[in-house]
Amino acid sequence: MNNFSFGQYYPTNSLVHRLDPRTKLIFTFVYMIIVFLIKSYMGYLFTAVLLASIIFTSKVPFRVVIRSIRAVLFLLFFTLIINLLFYNEGKTVFEWNFIHITMGGIDYSIKMLFRLTLLVMGASMLTFTTTSTELTDALEALLKPLTYIKVPVHDLAIIMSIALRFIPTLMEETQKIMNAQKARGANLDTGSFFERIKAMLPILIPLFVSAFRRADELADALDARCYNATDKRTKMKKLKFGLTDYLSFVGTIVFAVLVCLDAYMAGGAYIDGLIFSVIMGA
Amino acid sequence: MSIVVKNLQFTYSANSPYETRALKDVNLTINEGDFLGIVGHTGSGKSTFIQHLNGLIRVQEGEIEVFDIKLTNAKKPKPDLRKLRSHVGMVFQYPEYQLFEETVYKDVAFGPKNLGLSQEEINDRVKEAIELVGLDYEKYKDRAPFELSGGQKRRVAIAGIIAMKPKVLILDEPTAGLDPSGKEQILSLIKNLKEKCSPTIIVISHDIDEITRFANRLVVFNDGKVAFDEPMKELFKHQQELVEMGLDIPLAIKIANELKAKGIKLGENIVTMSDLLREIVIAYNKKNGTNIDVSKIRKSVFNFDFSNSNQEEVFKDE
Repeated sequence: MNNFSFGQYYPTNSLVHRLDPRTKLIFTFVYMIIVFLIKSYMGYLFTAVLLASIIFTSKVPFRVVIRSIRAVLFLLFFTLIINLLFYNEGKTVFEWNFIHITMGGIDYSIKMLFRLTLLVMGASMLTFTTTSTELTDALEALLKPLTYIKVPVHDLAIIMSIALRFIPTLMEETQKIMNAQKARGANLDTGSFFERIKAMLPILIPLFVSAFRRADELADALDARCYNATDKRTKMKKLKFGLTDYLSFVGTIVFAVLVCLDAYMAGGAYIDGLIFSVIMGA
Repeated sequence: MSIVVKNLQFTYSANSPYETRALKDVNLTINEGDFLGIVGHTGSGKSTFIQHLNGLIRVQEGEIEVFDIKLTNAKKPKPDLRKLRSHVGMVFQYPEYQLFEETVYKDVAFGPKNLGLSQEEINDRVKEAIELVGLDYEKYKDRAPFELSGGQKRRVAIAGIIAMKPKVLILDEPTAGLDPSGKEQILSLIKNLKEKCSPTIIVISHDIDEITRFANRLVVFNDGKVAFDEPMKELFKHQQELVEMGLDIPLAIKIANELKAKGIKLGENIVTMSDLLREIVIAYNKKNGTNIDVSKIRKSVFNFDFSNSNQEEVFKDE
Protein backbone atom coordinates (compact mmCIF):
# COMPACT_ATOMS: atom_id res chain seq x y z
CA MET A 1 0.00 0.00 0.00
CA ASN A 2 2.90 2.32 0.73
CA ASN A 3 4.36 1.69 -2.70
CA PHE A 4 1.25 3.02 -4.34
CA SER A 5 2.76 5.41 -6.82
CA PHE A 6 0.51 5.48 -9.88
CA GLY A 7 -1.10 8.87 -9.83
CA GLN A 8 0.25 10.16 -6.53
CA TYR A 9 1.17 13.84 -6.58
CA TYR A 10 4.93 14.33 -6.35
CA PRO A 11 5.69 17.84 -5.09
CA THR A 12 8.86 19.48 -6.48
CA ASN A 13 7.67 22.93 -7.58
CA SER A 14 9.27 22.62 -11.01
CA LEU A 15 8.43 24.46 -14.24
CA VAL A 16 6.07 21.61 -15.16
CA HIS A 17 4.34 21.78 -11.79
CA ARG A 18 3.76 25.51 -12.20
CA LEU A 19 2.20 25.23 -15.65
CA ASP A 20 -1.48 26.02 -15.85
CA PRO A 21 -3.35 22.75 -15.22
CA ARG A 22 -5.45 23.40 -18.34
CA THR A 23 -2.29 23.37 -20.43
CA LYS A 24 -1.24 20.08 -18.93
CA LEU A 25 -4.66 18.58 -19.41
CA ILE A 26 -4.82 19.64 -23.07
CA PHE A 27 -1.30 18.42 -23.69
CA THR A 28 -2.04 15.04 -22.11
CA PHE A 29 -5.20 14.73 -24.17
CA VAL A 30 -3.37 15.52 -27.43
CA TYR A 31 -0.44 13.33 -26.39
CA MET A 32 -2.68 10.32 -25.81
CA ILE A 33 -4.29 10.61 -29.24
CA ILE A 34 -0.97 11.25 -30.94
CA VAL A 35 0.69 8.21 -29.35
CA PHE A 36 -1.88 6.07 -31.14
CA LEU A 37 -1.02 7.66 -34.51
CA ILE A 38 2.71 6.93 -34.41
CA LYS A 39 3.71 4.51 -37.14
CA SER A 40 7.51 4.23 -37.05
CA TYR A 41 10.27 3.51 -34.57
CA MET A 42 11.64 6.99 -35.26
CA GLY A 43 8.28 8.35 -34.12
CA TYR A 44 8.47 6.40 -30.88
CA LEU A 45 12.05 7.50 -30.28
CA PHE A 46 11.03 11.11 -30.86
CA THR A 47 8.08 10.84 -28.44
CA ALA A 48 10.21 9.06 -25.84
CA VAL A 49 12.79 11.87 -25.98
CA LEU A 50 10.02 14.43 -25.57
CA LEU A 51 8.58 12.55 -22.57
CA ALA A 52 12.05 12.14 -21.06
CA SER A 53 12.68 15.87 -21.31
CA ILE A 54 9.34 16.58 -19.62
CA ILE A 55 10.21 14.16 -16.82
CA PHE A 56 13.65 15.77 -16.51
CA THR A 57 12.16 19.27 -16.30
CA SER A 58 9.58 18.15 -13.74
CA LYS A 59 12.34 16.92 -11.38
CA VAL A 60 10.29 13.81 -10.62
CA PRO A 61 12.89 11.03 -10.30
CA PHE A 62 12.90 8.59 -13.23
CA ARG A 63 12.57 5.58 -10.96
CA VAL A 64 9.32 6.96 -9.57
CA VAL A 65 7.92 7.35 -13.10
CA ILE A 66 9.18 3.88 -14.06
CA ARG A 67 7.43 2.51 -10.99
CA SER A 68 4.10 3.70 -12.38
CA ILE A 69 4.46 1.08 -15.12
CA ARG A 70 4.64 -1.64 -12.53
CA ALA A 71 0.91 -1.40 -11.96
CA VAL A 72 0.23 -2.29 -15.61
CA LEU A 73 3.14 -4.69 -16.10
CA PHE A 74 0.82 -7.66 -16.36
CA LEU A 75 -1.26 -5.91 -19.01
CA LEU A 76 1.87 -5.07 -21.02
CA PHE A 77 3.11 -8.64 -20.87
CA PHE A 78 -0.29 -10.03 -21.78
CA THR A 79 -0.71 -7.82 -24.87
CA LEU A 80 2.83 -8.63 -25.94
CA ILE A 81 2.13 -12.37 -25.88
CA ILE A 82 -1.28 -12.08 -27.54
CA ASN A 83 0.09 -9.91 -30.35
CA LEU A 84 3.06 -12.19 -30.92
CA LEU A 85 0.79 -15.22 -31.21
CA PHE A 86 -2.13 -13.89 -33.19
CA TYR A 87 -0.74 -11.19 -35.48
CA ASN A 88 0.38 -13.19 -38.47
CA GLU A 89 1.75 -11.13 -41.33
CA GLY A 90 5.02 -11.17 -43.16
CA LYS A 91 7.79 -13.76 -43.05
CA THR A 92 7.41 -16.60 -40.51
CA VAL A 93 10.40 -16.81 -38.19
CA PHE A 94 9.23 -19.52 -35.81
CA GLU A 95 6.70 -22.31 -36.15
CA TRP A 96 5.64 -24.97 -33.70
CA ASN A 97 2.27 -26.70 -33.59
CA PHE A 98 -0.28 -23.87 -33.62
CA ILE A 99 2.28 -21.17 -32.84
CA HIS A 100 3.28 -18.90 -35.72
CA ILE A 101 5.57 -16.05 -35.01
CA THR A 102 6.06 -13.69 -37.92
CA MET A 103 8.24 -10.65 -38.58
CA GLY A 104 5.07 -8.56 -38.80
CA GLY A 105 3.94 -9.91 -35.43
CA ILE A 106 7.22 -9.04 -33.74
CA ASP A 107 7.17 -5.57 -35.28
CA TYR A 108 3.57 -4.96 -34.23
CA SER A 109 3.90 -6.26 -30.68
CA ILE A 110 7.04 -4.23 -29.96
CA LYS A 111 5.31 -1.10 -31.22
CA MET A 112 2.29 -1.87 -29.05
CA LEU A 113 4.56 -2.29 -26.05
CA PHE A 114 6.15 1.13 -26.71
CA ARG A 115 2.74 2.67 -27.22
CA LEU A 116 1.27 1.44 -23.94
CA THR A 117 4.41 2.30 -21.97
CA LEU A 118 4.47 5.85 -23.33
CA LEU A 119 0.76 6.17 -22.68
CA VAL A 120 0.94 5.13 -19.03
CA MET A 121 4.05 7.15 -18.29
CA GLY A 122 2.61 10.25 -19.98
CA ALA A 123 -0.68 9.97 -18.16
CA SER A 124 0.98 9.49 -14.80
CA MET A 125 3.15 12.57 -15.45
CA LEU A 126 -0.07 14.59 -15.40
CA THR A 127 -1.02 13.35 -11.93
CA PHE A 128 2.55 13.48 -10.64
CA THR A 129 2.73 17.19 -11.41
CA THR A 130 -0.87 18.31 -10.83
CA THR A 131 -2.88 18.21 -7.60
CA SER A 132 -6.39 16.84 -7.80
CA THR A 133 -7.83 20.28 -7.02
CA GLU A 134 -6.00 21.84 -9.96
CA LEU A 135 -7.10 18.98 -12.17
CA THR A 136 -10.78 19.43 -11.32
CA ASP A 137 -10.53 23.19 -11.77
CA ALA A 138 -8.97 22.68 -15.18
CA LEU A 139 -11.57 20.16 -16.21
CA GLU A 140 -14.36 22.45 -15.09
CA ALA A 141 -12.87 25.37 -17.00
CA LEU A 142 -12.40 23.36 -20.17
CA LEU A 143 -15.89 21.84 -20.07
CA LYS A 144 -17.53 25.19 -19.35
CA PRO A 145 -18.95 25.57 -22.89
CA LEU A 146 -21.09 22.51 -22.20
CA THR A 147 -23.14 24.49 -19.68
CA TYR A 148 -24.87 26.10 -22.66
CA ILE A 149 -26.41 22.76 -23.50
CA LYS A 150 -27.44 22.31 -19.85
CA VAL A 151 -24.70 19.91 -18.79
CA PRO A 152 -24.18 20.36 -15.02
CA VAL A 153 -20.42 20.86 -15.37
CA HIS A 154 -19.87 22.31 -11.91
CA ASP A 155 -21.78 19.46 -10.26
CA LEU A 156 -19.71 16.94 -12.17
CA ALA A 157 -16.52 18.73 -11.20
CA ILE A 158 -17.46 18.78 -7.53
CA ILE A 159 -18.33 15.07 -7.66
CA MET A 160 -14.98 14.36 -9.24
CA SER A 161 -13.05 16.44 -6.74
CA ILE A 162 -14.82 14.80 -3.80
CA ALA A 163 -14.08 11.36 -5.27
CA LEU A 164 -10.40 12.22 -5.73
CA ARG A 165 -10.21 13.84 -2.32
CA PHE A 166 -11.46 10.69 -0.61
CA ILE A 167 -9.14 8.19 -2.29
CA PRO A 168 -6.30 8.71 0.22
CA THR A 169 -8.75 8.92 3.12
CA LEU A 170 -10.30 5.60 2.22
CA MET A 171 -6.88 4.05 1.65
CA GLU A 172 -5.88 5.13 5.13
CA GLU A 173 -9.15 3.83 6.52
CA THR A 174 -8.56 0.48 4.79
CA GLN A 175 -5.13 0.27 6.32
CA LYS A 176 -6.51 1.01 9.77
CA ILE A 177 -9.27 -1.58 9.53
CA MET A 178 -6.81 -4.14 8.14
CA ASN A 179 -4.55 -3.53 11.13
CA ALA A 180 -7.43 -3.82 13.56
CA GLN A 181 -8.55 -7.14 12.07
CA LYS A 182 -4.98 -8.41 11.87
CA ALA A 183 -4.62 -7.62 15.56
CA ARG A 184 -7.64 -9.87 16.09
CA GLY A 185 -5.76 -12.64 14.32
CA ALA A 186 -7.31 -12.26 10.85
CA ASN A 187 -5.30 -14.07 8.21
CA LEU A 188 -5.35 -12.11 4.97
CA ASP A 189 -2.40 -13.47 3.02
CA THR A 190 -2.76 -17.24 2.85
CA GLY A 191 -5.42 -19.74 1.82
CA SER A 192 -7.23 -20.55 -1.41
CA PHE A 193 -8.81 -17.92 -3.65
CA PHE A 194 -12.24 -18.28 -2.04
CA GLU A 195 -10.82 -18.31 1.46
CA ARG A 196 -9.05 -15.05 0.74
CA ILE A 197 -12.20 -13.45 -0.62
CA LYS A 198 -14.02 -14.56 2.51
CA ALA A 199 -11.19 -13.15 4.62
CA MET A 200 -11.76 -9.74 2.97
CA LEU A 201 -15.28 -9.46 4.41
CA PRO A 202 -14.16 -8.23 7.87
CA ILE A 203 -12.42 -5.40 6.02
CA LEU A 204 -14.96 -4.59 3.34
CA ILE A 205 -17.99 -4.37 5.61
CA PRO A 206 -16.53 -1.81 8.04
CA LEU A 207 -15.07 0.06 5.06
CA PHE A 208 -18.48 0.40 3.40
CA VAL A 209 -20.11 1.37 6.67
CA SER A 210 -17.54 4.11 7.18
CA ALA A 211 -17.73 5.30 3.55
CA PHE A 212 -21.49 5.76 3.88
CA ARG A 213 -21.07 7.47 7.23
CA ARG A 214 -18.55 9.88 5.71
CA ALA A 215 -20.81 10.57 2.74
CA ASP A 216 -23.68 11.33 5.12
CA GLU A 217 -21.56 13.65 7.24
CA LEU A 218 -20.22 15.45 4.18
CA ALA A 219 -23.71 15.94 2.79
CA ASP A 220 -24.84 17.37 6.13
CA ALA A 221 -21.84 19.70 6.25
CA LEU A 222 -22.58 20.93 2.72
CA ASP A 223 -26.23 21.49 3.61
CA ALA A 224 -25.32 23.26 6.83
CA ARG A 225 -23.31 25.79 4.81
CA CYS A 226 -26.14 26.25 2.32
CA TYR A 227 -24.02 24.82 -0.43
CA ASN A 228 -25.75 24.95 -3.77
CA ALA A 229 -23.68 23.57 -6.58
CA THR A 230 -25.63 25.21 -9.37
CA ASP A 231 -25.29 28.85 -8.36
CA LYS A 232 -22.52 30.99 -9.76
CA ARG A 233 -19.43 30.73 -7.60
CA THR A 234 -16.17 32.62 -7.71
CA LYS A 235 -12.76 31.00 -7.38
CA MET A 236 -10.07 31.74 -4.86
CA LYS A 237 -7.33 30.71 -7.25
CA LYS A 238 -8.08 31.91 -10.75
CA LEU A 239 -6.44 29.99 -13.56
CA LYS A 240 -4.26 32.14 -15.75
CA PHE A 241 -2.14 31.33 -18.79
CA GLY A 242 1.45 32.53 -18.69
CA LEU A 243 4.35 32.65 -21.16
CA THR A 244 5.37 29.04 -20.50
CA ASP A 245 1.80 27.97 -21.21
CA TYR A 246 1.82 29.64 -24.63
CA LEU A 247 5.22 28.11 -25.39
CA SER A 248 3.83 24.73 -24.35
CA PHE A 249 0.95 25.15 -26.77
CA VAL A 250 3.38 25.85 -29.60
CA GLY A 251 5.37 22.77 -28.54
CA THR A 252 2.25 20.64 -28.49
CA ILE A 253 1.28 21.74 -32.00
CA VAL A 254 4.80 21.12 -33.35
CA PHE A 255 4.78 17.69 -31.75
CA ALA A 256 1.39 16.82 -33.20
CA VAL A 257 2.39 18.03 -36.69
CA LEU A 258 5.65 16.05 -36.64
CA VAL A 259 3.88 12.85 -35.63
CA CYS A 260 1.21 13.39 -38.30
CA LEU A 261 4.00 13.80 -40.88
CA ASP A 262 5.29 10.47 -39.67
CA ALA A 263 1.88 8.85 -39.81
CA TYR A 264 0.53 10.17 -43.10
CA MET A 265 3.62 10.91 -45.17
CA ALA A 266 5.69 8.04 -43.81
CA GLY A 267 8.59 10.31 -42.89
CA GLY A 268 9.60 8.20 -39.90
CA ALA A 269 9.14 4.94 -41.78
CA TYR A 270 11.54 6.22 -44.45
CA ILE A 271 14.22 6.90 -41.79
CA ASP A 272 13.44 3.52 -40.16
CA GLY A 273 14.07 1.90 -43.55
CA LEU A 274 17.38 3.74 -43.96
CA ILE A 275 18.56 2.64 -40.49
CA PHE A 276 17.48 -0.97 -41.08
CA SER A 277 19.27 -1.14 -44.38
CA VAL A 278 22.44 0.21 -42.73
CA ILE A 279 22.17 -2.46 -40.00
CA MET A 280 21.48 -5.17 -42.56
CA GLY A 281 24.38 -3.97 -44.70
CA ALA A 282 26.77 -4.07 -41.74
CA MET B 1 9.98 -8.36 32.01
CA SER B 2 7.31 -8.85 29.39
CA ILE B 3 8.41 -6.43 26.67
CA VAL B 4 11.92 -5.15 25.95
CA VAL B 5 12.52 -2.63 23.17
CA LYS B 6 16.04 -1.74 22.11
CA ASN B 7 17.18 1.01 19.71
CA LEU B 8 13.95 0.96 17.74
CA GLN B 9 13.92 3.22 14.67
CA PHE B 10 11.26 3.67 12.02
CA THR B 11 10.91 5.80 8.87
CA TYR B 12 7.75 6.20 6.81
CA SER B 13 8.02 6.36 2.96
CA ALA B 14 11.80 6.33 2.94
CA ASN B 15 13.50 7.98 -0.09
CA SER B 16 10.49 10.01 -1.15
CA PRO B 17 9.40 13.59 -0.55
CA TYR B 18 6.95 12.26 2.04
CA GLU B 19 9.74 10.72 4.13
CA THR B 20 9.18 11.06 7.89
CA ARG B 21 11.25 9.63 10.70
CA ALA B 22 8.63 8.51 13.19
CA LEU B 23 10.89 6.76 15.69
CA LYS B 24 14.50 7.72 16.35
CA ASP B 25 16.01 5.31 18.82
CA VAL B 26 13.40 4.16 21.31
CA ASN B 27 14.48 2.10 24.34
CA LEU B 28 11.86 0.89 26.78
CA THR B 29 11.22 -2.03 29.10
CA ILE B 30 7.66 -2.82 30.07
CA ASN B 31 7.26 -5.01 33.14
CA GLU B 32 4.54 -7.46 33.94
CA GLY B 33 1.89 -5.70 36.01
CA ASP B 34 2.68 -2.23 34.67
CA PHE B 35 -0.21 0.13 34.22
CA LEU B 36 1.59 2.24 31.69
CA GLY B 37 0.35 5.54 30.32
CA ILE B 38 1.86 6.88 27.10
CA VAL B 39 1.55 10.60 26.39
CA GLY B 40 2.95 12.77 23.62
CA HIS B 41 1.41 15.10 21.07
CA THR B 42 0.33 14.12 17.56
CA GLY B 43 3.25 12.91 15.48
CA SER B 44 5.49 12.08 18.44
CA GLY B 45 5.63 8.44 17.33
CA LYS B 46 3.52 6.81 20.02
CA SER B 47 1.07 5.15 17.63
CA THR B 48 3.89 3.87 15.45
CA PHE B 49 5.54 2.50 18.56
CA ILE B 50 2.58 0.52 19.87
CA GLN B 51 1.89 -0.96 16.45
CA HIS B 52 5.34 -2.51 16.59
CA LEU B 53 4.44 -4.34 19.77
CA ASN B 54 2.11 -6.80 18.11
CA GLY B 55 3.81 -7.02 14.77
CA LEU B 56 1.52 -4.76 12.72
CA ILE B 57 4.59 -2.82 11.64
CA ARG B 58 7.68 -4.73 10.70
CA VAL B 59 10.82 -3.69 12.57
CA GLN B 60 13.18 -1.66 10.35
CA GLU B 61 16.00 -1.08 12.80
CA GLY B 62 16.45 -2.27 16.37
CA GLU B 63 15.02 -5.13 18.35
CA ILE B 64 11.86 -5.99 20.28
CA GLU B 65 11.34 -8.92 22.59
CA VAL B 66 7.77 -9.69 23.61
CA PHE B 67 7.74 -12.55 26.13
CA ASP B 68 9.88 -15.06 24.26
CA ILE B 69 9.14 -13.80 20.75
CA LYS B 70 11.92 -11.81 19.09
CA LEU B 71 11.12 -9.19 16.46
CA THR B 72 13.97 -7.90 14.30
CA ASN B 73 14.44 -6.77 10.72
CA ALA B 74 15.81 -10.19 9.75
CA LYS B 75 13.63 -12.16 7.31
CA LYS B 76 14.35 -15.44 9.11
CA PRO B 77 13.36 -16.91 11.46
CA LYS B 78 9.81 -15.67 10.95
CA PRO B 79 8.24 -14.59 14.25
CA ASP B 80 5.08 -16.46 15.23
CA LEU B 81 2.68 -13.55 14.67
CA ARG B 82 -0.42 -15.47 15.67
CA LYS B 83 1.11 -16.29 19.03
CA LEU B 84 2.33 -12.70 19.40
CA ARG B 85 -1.13 -11.31 18.72
CA SER B 86 -2.71 -13.67 21.21
CA HIS B 87 -0.27 -12.32 23.84
CA VAL B 88 -0.62 -8.64 22.95
CA GLY B 89 -4.14 -7.36 22.39
CA MET B 90 -4.63 -4.02 20.68
CA VAL B 91 -7.67 -1.79 20.97
CA PHE B 92 -7.37 0.90 18.29
CA GLN B 93 -8.87 4.36 18.33
CA TYR B 94 -12.61 4.18 17.71
CA PRO B 95 -12.57 0.38 17.84
CA GLU B 96 -16.31 0.27 17.09
CA TYR B 97 -15.48 0.94 13.43
CA GLN B 98 -14.03 -2.55 13.11
CA LEU B 99 -17.29 -4.36 13.92
CA PHE B 100 -18.58 -6.33 10.95
CA GLU B 101 -20.58 -9.40 11.96
CA GLU B 102 -24.33 -9.87 12.06
CA THR B 103 -24.48 -10.53 15.79
CA VAL B 104 -22.52 -9.44 18.82
CA TYR B 105 -21.70 -13.07 19.56
CA LYS B 106 -20.16 -13.69 16.13
CA ASP B 107 -18.15 -10.51 16.24
CA VAL B 108 -16.63 -11.23 19.63
CA ALA B 109 -15.94 -14.81 18.50
CA PHE B 110 -13.88 -13.61 15.50
CA GLY B 111 -10.63 -13.31 17.44
CA PRO B 112 -10.82 -16.59 19.39
CA LYS B 113 -11.83 -18.38 16.19
CA ASN B 114 -8.72 -17.07 14.45
CA LEU B 115 -6.66 -18.47 17.31
CA GLY B 116 -7.95 -21.90 16.33
CA LEU B 117 -9.69 -22.68 19.64
CA SER B 118 -12.36 -25.35 20.08
CA GLN B 119 -16.03 -24.36 19.78
CA GLU B 120 -16.55 -24.97 23.48
CA GLU B 121 -13.62 -22.76 24.46
CA ILE B 122 -14.82 -20.04 22.06
CA ASN B 123 -18.27 -20.15 23.66
CA ASP B 124 -16.86 -19.77 27.15
CA ARG B 125 -14.55 -16.94 26.19
CA VAL B 126 -17.21 -14.97 24.32
CA LYS B 127 -19.59 -15.22 27.25
CA GLU B 128 -16.89 -14.22 29.70
CA ALA B 129 -15.70 -11.28 27.57
CA ILE B 130 -19.16 -9.86 26.97
CA GLU B 131 -19.94 -9.99 30.69
CA LEU B 132 -16.56 -8.56 31.60
CA VAL B 133 -17.28 -5.41 29.57
CA GLY B 134 -20.52 -5.03 31.49
CA LEU B 135 -23.11 -6.21 28.99
CA ASP B 136 -25.76 -8.86 29.64
CA TYR B 137 -24.73 -11.87 27.56
CA GLU B 138 -28.21 -13.34 27.00
CA LYS B 139 -29.66 -9.96 26.13
CA TYR B 140 -26.99 -8.81 23.70
CA LYS B 141 -25.48 -11.91 22.08
CA ASP B 142 -27.99 -12.04 19.21
CA ARG B 143 -28.31 -8.29 18.66
CA ALA B 144 -26.73 -6.72 15.57
CA PRO B 145 -23.70 -4.65 16.65
CA PHE B 146 -24.72 -1.79 14.33
CA GLU B 147 -27.93 -1.12 16.24
CA LEU B 148 -26.22 -0.60 19.60
CA SER B 149 -25.36 2.80 21.08
CA GLY B 150 -21.88 4.29 20.65
CA GLY B 151 -20.64 3.32 24.11
CA GLN B 152 -22.08 -0.19 23.79
CA LYS B 153 -20.46 -0.68 20.38
CA ARG B 154 -17.14 0.30 21.85
CA ARG B 155 -17.55 -2.19 24.67
CA VAL B 156 -18.43 -4.96 22.22
CA ALA B 157 -15.29 -4.11 20.23
CA ILE B 158 -13.18 -4.26 23.39
CA ALA B 159 -14.82 -7.60 24.25
CA GLY B 160 -13.64 -8.83 20.83
CA ILE B 161 -10.05 -8.19 21.89
CA ILE B 162 -10.20 -9.49 25.44
CA ALA B 163 -11.87 -12.71 24.27
CA MET B 164 -8.37 -13.52 22.99
CA LYS B 165 -7.13 -13.26 26.61
CA PRO B 166 -4.06 -11.14 25.92
CA LYS B 167 -1.45 -10.88 28.66
CA VAL B 168 -0.74 -7.31 27.56
CA LEU B 169 -3.60 -5.05 26.53
CA ILE B 170 -2.87 -1.88 24.57
CA LEU B 171 -5.53 0.79 24.23
CA ASP B 172 -5.15 3.79 21.92
CA GLU B 173 -7.29 6.73 23.11
CA PRO B 174 -9.97 4.44 24.57
CA THR B 175 -12.25 7.28 25.66
CA ALA B 176 -12.07 9.46 22.53
CA GLY B 177 -15.43 10.76 21.41
CA LEU B 178 -17.42 9.55 24.42
CA ASP B 179 -19.53 11.64 26.77
CA PRO B 180 -18.35 12.08 30.40
CA SER B 181 -20.35 9.15 31.76
CA GLY B 182 -19.24 6.93 28.85
CA LYS B 183 -15.66 7.94 29.64
CA GLU B 184 -16.06 7.01 33.29
CA GLN B 185 -17.49 3.64 32.34
CA ILE B 186 -14.61 2.84 30.00
CA LEU B 187 -12.05 3.93 32.61
CA SER B 188 -13.50 1.70 35.31
CA LEU B 189 -13.75 -1.09 32.72
CA ILE B 190 -10.01 -0.77 32.00
CA LYS B 191 -9.24 -1.03 35.73
CA ASN B 192 -11.45 -4.05 35.97
CA LEU B 193 -9.70 -5.66 33.00
CA LYS B 194 -6.33 -5.27 34.64
CA GLU B 195 -7.52 -7.33 37.59
CA LYS B 196 -9.50 -9.97 35.78
CA CYS B 197 -7.97 -10.35 32.34
CA SER B 198 -4.74 -8.66 31.29
CA PRO B 199 -2.21 -7.95 34.06
CA THR B 200 -0.22 -5.51 31.94
CA ILE B 201 -2.01 -2.54 30.41
CA ILE B 202 -0.72 0.22 28.15
CA VAL B 203 -2.93 3.22 27.48
CA ILE B 204 -2.32 6.08 25.07
CA SER B 205 -4.21 9.22 25.97
CA HIS B 206 -4.21 12.92 25.20
CA ASP B 207 -6.03 13.72 28.38
CA ILE B 208 -3.45 14.04 31.13
CA ASP B 209 -6.08 14.42 33.87
CA GLU B 210 -7.58 11.14 32.79
CA ILE B 211 -4.35 9.19 32.50
CA THR B 212 -3.06 10.25 35.94
CA ARG B 213 -6.12 8.68 37.50
CA PHE B 214 -5.02 5.14 36.78
CA ALA B 215 -1.50 4.83 35.36
CA ASN B 216 1.30 3.93 37.76
CA ARG B 217 4.00 4.74 35.26
CA LEU B 218 4.10 7.39 32.56
CA VAL B 219 6.17 7.43 29.39
CA VAL B 220 6.43 10.67 27.41
CA PHE B 221 7.16 10.49 23.68
CA ASN B 222 8.64 13.51 22.01
CA ASP B 223 9.99 13.73 18.47
CA GLY B 224 10.37 9.97 18.04
CA LYS B 225 12.14 9.38 21.34
CA VAL B 226 11.24 8.52 24.90
CA ALA B 227 11.68 11.87 26.63
CA PHE B 228 10.65 10.75 30.12
CA ASP B 229 9.89 7.43 31.74
CA GLU B 230 8.89 7.90 35.37
CA PRO B 231 6.57 6.58 38.07
CA MET B 232 3.35 8.57 37.83
CA LYS B 233 3.95 10.76 40.89
CA GLU B 234 7.50 11.60 39.81
CA LEU B 235 6.87 12.71 36.23
CA PHE B 236 5.59 16.15 37.08
CA LYS B 237 8.87 17.18 38.63
CA HIS B 238 9.65 17.85 34.96
CA GLN B 239 6.57 20.01 34.47
CA GLN B 240 8.61 22.84 32.98
CA GLU B 241 9.99 20.56 30.24
CA LEU B 242 6.58 19.03 29.63
CA VAL B 243 5.08 22.44 29.01
CA GLU B 244 7.94 23.27 26.65
CA MET B 245 7.13 20.11 24.68
CA GLY B 246 3.61 21.44 24.27
CA LEU B 247 2.06 18.91 26.63
CA ASP B 248 -0.59 19.64 29.18
CA ILE B 249 -0.07 19.13 32.90
CA PRO B 250 -2.86 17.96 35.22
CA LEU B 251 -5.35 20.61 36.26
CA ALA B 252 -4.73 19.77 39.96
CA ILE B 253 -1.04 20.67 39.55
CA LYS B 254 -1.91 23.96 37.85
CA ILE B 255 -4.28 24.88 40.68
CA ALA B 256 -1.73 23.85 43.34
CA ASN B 257 0.92 25.98 41.62
CA GLU B 258 -1.37 29.01 41.64
CA LEU B 259 -2.26 28.50 45.32
CA LYS B 260 1.38 28.03 46.30
CA ALA B 261 2.27 31.23 44.44
CA LYS B 262 -0.35 33.02 46.54
CA GLY B 263 1.45 31.84 49.68
CA ILE B 264 -0.81 28.96 50.67
CA LYS B 265 1.28 26.11 52.04
CA LEU B 266 0.39 22.80 50.42
CA GLY B 267 2.21 19.45 50.69
CA GLU B 268 4.07 17.73 47.88
CA ASN B 269 2.86 14.90 45.66
CA ILE B 270 -0.17 16.61 44.21
CA VAL B 271 -1.08 15.10 40.84
CA THR B 272 -4.77 14.27 40.85
CA MET B 273 -7.82 16.25 41.94
CA SER B 274 -8.19 13.91 44.88
CA ASP B 275 -4.60 14.71 46.01
CA LEU B 276 -5.33 18.41 45.74
CA LEU B 277 -8.50 18.14 47.82
CA ARG B 278 -6.62 16.21 50.51
CA GLU B 279 -3.86 18.80 50.75
CA ILE B 280 -6.28 21.71 50.80
CA VAL B 281 -8.28 20.16 53.64
CA ILE B 282 -5.10 19.39 55.59
CA ALA B 283 -3.87 22.98 55.12
CA TYR B 284 -7.25 24.35 56.20
CA ASN B 285 -7.38 22.13 59.31
CA LYS B 286 -3.88 23.20 60.29
CA LYS B 287 -4.62 26.88 59.90
CA ASN B 288 -7.99 26.96 61.67
CA GLY B 289 -7.50 24.16 64.16
CA THR B 290 -10.52 22.28 62.73
CA ASN B 291 -10.81 18.57 62.16
CA ILE B 292 -12.59 18.10 58.85
CA ASP B 293 -12.66 14.54 57.52
CA VAL B 294 -11.08 14.41 54.02
CA SER B 295 -12.72 11.18 52.91
CA LYS B 296 -16.25 12.48 53.57
CA ILE B 297 -15.82 15.60 51.48
CA ARG B 298 -14.15 13.64 48.80
CA LYS B 299 -16.99 11.20 48.57
CA SER B 300 -19.65 13.84 48.25
CA VAL B 301 -17.61 15.89 45.72
CA PHE B 302 -16.78 13.08 43.36
CA ASN B 303 -20.08 11.25 43.66
CA PHE B 304 -21.83 14.43 42.74
CA ASP B 305 -19.76 14.76 39.60
CA PHE B 306 -19.92 11.23 38.27
CA SER B 307 -22.91 9.48 39.70
CA ASN B 308 -22.74 6.12 37.95
CA SER B 309 -19.03 5.40 37.98
CA ASN B 310 -16.97 3.21 40.21
CA GLN B 311 -15.04 5.84 42.17
CA GLU B 312 -13.87 3.62 45.02
CA GLU B 313 -11.11 2.34 42.74
CA VAL B 314 -9.67 5.79 42.30
CA PHE B 315 -9.22 6.35 45.99
CA LYS B 316 -7.49 3.08 46.69
CA ASP B 317 -4.05 4.39 45.80
CA GLU B 318 -3.79 6.50 48.94
